[in-house]
Amino acid sequence: MRLNRLLSVFILMLGFCCHIAQSNAQTVDDATLRPLVQALAGDNFENTTKAISDLVKTGDPRVSKILDALSAGDLYVAKADKTVFLGKRDGSDYAATDALTGAKLDPVPRSAAEKIKVNNRLRRDIAAAIGGLTLMSDNIAERRSAAEAILKTRDPESIPLLDQAIAVEKDAGVKALMQQAKAAAVLNSDAADDVKIAAITEVSAGNSRAALGLLTPLENVQGPVGEAAKAAIDSINTKLAFWNAIQNVVYGLSLGSVLLLAAIGLAITFGVMGVINMAHGEMVMIGAYTTFVVQQIIRTSAPGLFDYSLLIALPAAFLVSGGIGVVIERGIIRFLYGRPLETLLATWGISLVLQQAIRSWFGASNVQVGNPSWMAGSFDLGLLTLTWSRLWIIVFALSVFAILQLVLKKTMLGLRMRAVTQNRRMASSMGIRTPWVDALTFGLGSGIAGIAGVALSQIDNVSPNLGQGYIIDSFMVVVFGGVGNLWGTLVGAMSLGIANKFLEPFAGAVLGKIVVLVLIILFIQKRPRGLFALKGRAIEA
Amino acid sequence: MFNLPAKFIGTLAAAAMGASLAMSPASAADDTIKVGILHSLSGTMAISETTLKDTMLFLIDEQNKKGGVLGKKLEAVVVDPASDWPLFAEKARQLIEQDKVAAVFGCWTSSSRKSVLPVFEELNSMLFYPVQYEGEESSRNVFYTGAAPNQQAIPAVDYLAKEEGVERWVLAGTDYVYPQTTNKILKAYLNAKGVKDEDIMINYTPFGQSDWQTIVSDIKKFGSTGKKTAVVSTINGDANVPFYKELANQGIKAEDIPVVAFSVGEEELAGLDTKPLVGHLAAWNYFQSVDADANAEFIKEWHAYTKNDKRVTNDPMEATYIGFNMWVKAVEAAGTTDSNAVIDSIVGTSVPNLSGGYATMMPNHHITKPVLIGEVQDDGQFDIVYQTPGLVVGDEWSDYLPGSKDLISDWRKPMSCGNFNIVSGKCGGVTN
Repeated sequence: MRLNRLLSVFILMLGFCCHIAQSNAQTVDDATLRPLVQALAGDNFENTTKAISDLVKTGDPRVSKILDALSAGDLYVAKADKTVFLGKRDGSDYAATDALTGAKLDPVPRSAAEKIKVNNRLRRDIAAAIGGLTLMSDNIAERRSAAEAILKTRDPESIPLLDQAIAVEKDAGVKALMQQAKAAAVLNSDAADDVKIAAITEVSAGNSRAALGLLTPLENVQGPVGEAAKAAIDSINTKLAFWNAIQNVVYGLSLGSVLLLAAIGLAITFGVMGVINMAHGEMVMIGAYTTFVVQQIIRTSAPGLFDYSLLIALPAAFLVSGGIGVVIERGIIRFLYGRPLETLLATWGISLVLQQAIRSWFGASNVQVGNPSWMAGSFDLGLLTLTWSRLWIIVFALSVFAILQLVLKKTMLGLRMRAVTQNRRMASSMGIRTPWVDALTFGLGSGIAGIAGVALSQIDNVSPNLGQGYIIDSFMVVVFGGVGNLWGTLVGAMSLGIANKFLEPFAGAVLGKIVVLVLIILFIQKRPRGLFALKGRAIEA
Repeated sequence: MFNLPAKFIGTLAAAAMGASLAMSPASAADDTIKVGILHSLSGTMAISETTLKDTMLFLIDEQNKKGGVLGKKLEAVVVDPASDWPLFAEKARQLIEQDKVAAVFGCWTSSSRKSVLPVFEELNSMLFYPVQYEGEESSRNVFYTGAAPNQQAIPAVDYLAKEEGVERWVLAGTDYVYPQTTNKILKAYLNAKGVKDEDIMINYTPFGQSDWQTIVSDIKKFGSTGKKTAVVSTINGDANVPFYKELANQGIKAEDIPVVAFSVGEEELAGLDTKPLVGHLAAWNYFQSVDADANAEFIKEWHAYTKNDKRVTNDPMEATYIGFNMWVKAVEAAGTTDSNAVIDSIVGTSVPNLSGGYATMMPNHHITKPVLIGEVQDDGQFDIVYQTPGLVVGDEWSDYLPGSKDLISDWRKPMSCGNFNIVSGKCGGVTN
């Protein structure tokens, strides 16, 4: 720790002098620098840490690039002559460049070189080091990460440097971050009480959760600083409680939308057609595997299209799962209409067959489905961290729901479907070919399940068991929401999601699920037809 | 197995005589030694266990190339218990009684091991169990070649406390026996080291948990108090992928809150984009990246055998390798495959492990292992950042649990006891 402190002081001082002397940036000649770079390949982490601090002391502008490479694990040492070089994997070789000059070297076989080891602590040190070097950088992103690094280290020695940086900073966001960092450093120093109280106000205005971490140690300090800290903590806690409730609702909607996606296909095959389809989960799984295949093809033949892979996978998954659904309906289920127990057993058998087929074909292990760039990462809304993938899935689930409603209410196919399910014989008398409508309805339900698989491949692991995890939840949603009613499925999924998320913090994930299940059982006792029961004389038929 | 009325027996005997001609190839099978393989090839555990079945077939193949054991070829008998715990017991009985196997290599989950344990004790056969487990068990007929908690969990916690300066701990696990017992031991260990209860958060999730939003954001909250925080994960198999995805998506990097996992190896990472996970840790007794000649040789032959140079190797495979070689050596020392003789001769047997050292079977039927800590790399492999200086002996009864700290196990004669209480001086002390 002491070493770290020293290190960051050096770094910051260095950043300072670099700024002053930017026009004639200090360069050290290669002969002095090379042994220092060589020393990075130490036998243990202590030696590497020391080598890093030695390198930073030189103040050479090339240092930050070398340390960057070390942190990313791109720095290698040749086994034979122990030279350190920058390597990029290239088949069974490393394409090597000189760590200092960037000159191209002969490729080194992979077996002849060893990666210089870094662990989390070294990476943290390096981030702090590079942060210090770049507080005055021309690049705004570098300045931002520099301020973030100091916010983490909270080193009092960096206060003068931050003052300077704040004075010249133009970007408001980065400036605020620097002020936060400075306030954090002040709280960590032995400044006068009034300076600290000002810093407390500054800190509590920013990211509350981080502020809580800064303020908690001060809470028990005697005198005005402690009181100010206590007051700030109280106000932050009130704010956090409010955001916690919002977070539960948002996370609940997100879980609900996953449930909705998983259940909406079932709402058609089970809800509308009345087929107890135990193979529904496998349709979802096949959709996810279709996504995998589509991505594999894109990876090998058109890598540029990767960001669109999910859009391409959507129709593909719909067609594949829908097609399999039609085959299952024509081949098996149509012989079993009106015999629910046999349907249940037959579709359960189909689900096992499909699972084992996928297992034999793709292997029992998980396959890797990548996130396109627009689905990765997160953003902060107030004190809430929202991940893009979850947000897109909410949007996606609602659009699938809307499109399905449109299909059922506004198209000829939808009209026929409703006619057949409401009164099969009357529909048949009107000239509707009911067997075809049955097949298409089942295909539609399965296809929608396939589409759900595309979305679920982004958040869950794609293995042959994927579907099993969703089948029970799906039935729960459909039965709870009311069989035969899509709106019921929507409301059912969302309320189950939100209930789950409000219970989870108190009861834990395991007990939360049990409580939800018990509540549903009680609810079904009271209202056997679920939330939105269909009314009419055709229902019992 | 069959209790047939006497009148059937005569008919059966006649039938058997008639069949004996047809069975004559079976006498050729007497020149082989049968080895049972009891790993799930279908169902939820197939994802992990199929590889171990392949490993056993590979090892048996290699051994036969070297001339087999006691001058006889080995013959693998593969059964599929289908991830169904009671079925494990049935299949184990079938292997021992019908197929007359000399030893069985198998099981993954503790539930399956607990299910077959009475069968192996009743029929006095041998089971080699290759997976890290929660300890608190020792049987005369079972050989535990995976890690006990003191060979995996405790060194990992020590590493985080020393190297990363961790002061606050999240113990996150799937809700079943292995995580619960391991976390109980870890909590007692951390408390003994002076960590207060408010700095420990224990969280359990159901099997196959896929919605980690709340838990990850709780971890983030727990870790934002200014004290360095780490997650010790005993999350099982499939639930790991969404967990790590959520961590990455919510922007938790290994530099901020490292996660050390006891159930995530090369095989599990195969289904993941590991770039956002670089720096998260795993504790095992073997990694594919171990720099040792024995390991390079093993990987080469494994790739040649599977005809796939992308197949990864992992810790339970090494444990299978060690267990198999120990059994071969013990059989050769005993000169017979008879269980009693082999059980007596195997204690003290040393065979090379894959990390360049030796593994020895101890009197408690656990083995000695080095403990390695690895950080995830962007290619799905682990970079070893720490290794215990010496070998660690598997401790079946944890020293940190009140019920079991007085117990020891020693299967050598004359003690021959799996739960000897050193305070009362009697065999059969308090268990569990």
